[in-house]
Amino acid sequence: MTNQKPIADHLFTWPSNSPKLIGSRDTETGRYFFPSKMSNQHEKVELSRRGKLYTWTVQRFLPKTPFIGGDNPETFEPYAIGYIVLPGEIMVESRLVGVDPKDLKIDMEMEVTVVPFVKNEEGEDLMIFAFKPVN
Amino acid sequence: MSDVAIVGIGIHPFGRTEGVTGLQQGVHAAKDALGDAEIDWNDIQFAYGGSSAAGNADSMVAELGLTGIPFMNVANACATGGSALISAYTTIKSGQFDIGMAVGFDKHPRGAFNADPENVGLERWYGETGLMLTTQFFAMKIQRYMHDYGISSDTLALVAEKAFRNGSLNPNAWRREPVAKDFILNSMMVSDPLTKYMFCSPAEGAIALVLCRAEDAAKYTSKPVFLKAAAIRTRPFGSFEVFSPSLEIERGPSPTVAASEATFEMAGMTHADIDVAQLQDTESGAEIMHMSENGFCKDGDQEKLLHDGDTNIDGKLPVNTDGGCIANGEPVGASGLRQVYENVLQLRGRAGKRQVPGDPKAAYSHVYGAPGLSACTIITN
Repeated sequence: MTNQKPIADHLFTWPSNSPKLIGSRDTETGRYFFPSKMSNQHEKVELSRRGKLYTWTVQRFLPKTPFIGGDNPETFEPYAIGYIVLPGEIMVESRLVGVDPKDLKIDMEMEVTVVPFVKNEEGEDLMIFAFKPVN
Repeated sequence: MSDVAIVGIGIHPFGRTEGVTGLQQGVHAAKDALGDAEIDWNDIQFAYGGSSAAGNADSMVAELGLTGIPFMNVANACATGGSALISAYTTIKSGQFDIGMAVGFDKHPRGAFNADPENVGLERWYGETGLMLTTQFFAMKIQRYMHDYGISSDTLALVAEKAFRNGSLNPNAWRREPVAKDFILNSMMVSDPLTKYMFCSPAEGAIALVLCRAEDAAKYTSKPVFLKAAAIRTRPFGSFEVFSPSLEIERGPSPTVAASEATFEMAGMTHADIDVAQLQDTESGAEIMHMSENGFCKDGDQEKLLHDGDTNIDGKLPVNTDGGCIANGEPVGASGLRQVYENVLQLRGRAGKRQVPGDPKAAYSHVYGAPGLSACTIITN
């Protein structure tokens, strides 16, 4: 099996069968942050796994650098992105997977997952967080 | 304190000009503005200028003349030109100098802008995974807005159709051919719900303005216009903002709302006083949302206003009479000043085939830039 490695260490719990995003909470104001902030005033928190889709779009052309998910317009595959409201916490921007863009609906229930994004030079799968519809 | 007049305007045509650098386009616009005010570079006491991708504005002195004046570079993304103008306004208002120049220019490579996460305090993975595109932000903001306020794709297309129609009446525009609404709707989807012809493209161009103390204006022109107000604001809590890995759940107003309110307050005027407006239209959704964020209509009213033609050149409130960013392209450093250039032409009654009828007396402009700031102006006869 291919080795899997998170694209950044501090974004989600990994490895895990039910991964969660890692944010932080300001202990004075109660405000949530993602990605997490490092300071004495912040505590790390695992964010809710489920939320509602606030808005979405589809990236239909190949992004320029610093995008590392491919460099060939011929083989580029459009991908959906959106913001998901994690109730009582924060709204996070994420790639959306497991859904045909024409079925995306504002307010639909989504759940966090971790998926392979691209292989690095060592042949490892770089893993990213994404949200998928709750079945 | 002295009021501030705009007595000279200059432009380098927008679009693509092979073999001419952005800086050279800036120099061209500066000389054009000097000519319009019938003065020499020697008469200019200070300047503010900027570009986002075409070099340092102050190096223009090599071409314009080594007169030793203070020439300050400004950088505020899409609001660069607006920031140069506000700085010039404040400098004259303070009494420090009597006459100066604001200049903005740019020259971008083809295709969408590529942003560097570290430049705006973000982590590398955000750009690497393909989340950091301005096009996505605009698409997601209007997607939600359409859902909340019942705006149709048809209305998005009407905005772009108007932009190309107005651009066809503007000899300095990049896109000078009308494009039909159905063609716009059926063109390639770029970022849902926005199609290719609903977006502006990065481009080239330059604008320069000569500003002076209002009491001196008659020395330079028989048709002075007065910069009554200019304000810039950064994003408040809860604003739906570009380049945001996360946002607060509690939604709040955009920086445009605050900048607009400050501008009207400074001018001591109301929306009913405005005869023509230039509102940032990086894509057609932006113009729709900026109509309400600037207080010209309620959320959702745009659907009817666009279908009734109220923002056409002969409508109740003409918007983006020069074709806006959609027809002129987006040279980041120049766009905010292009809006003021157009407003000056309209108030002088010299906008040619796109002249707003009825002798307009007050004009409004608005730009929005990453990562969340807006600049607005009001000029009057």
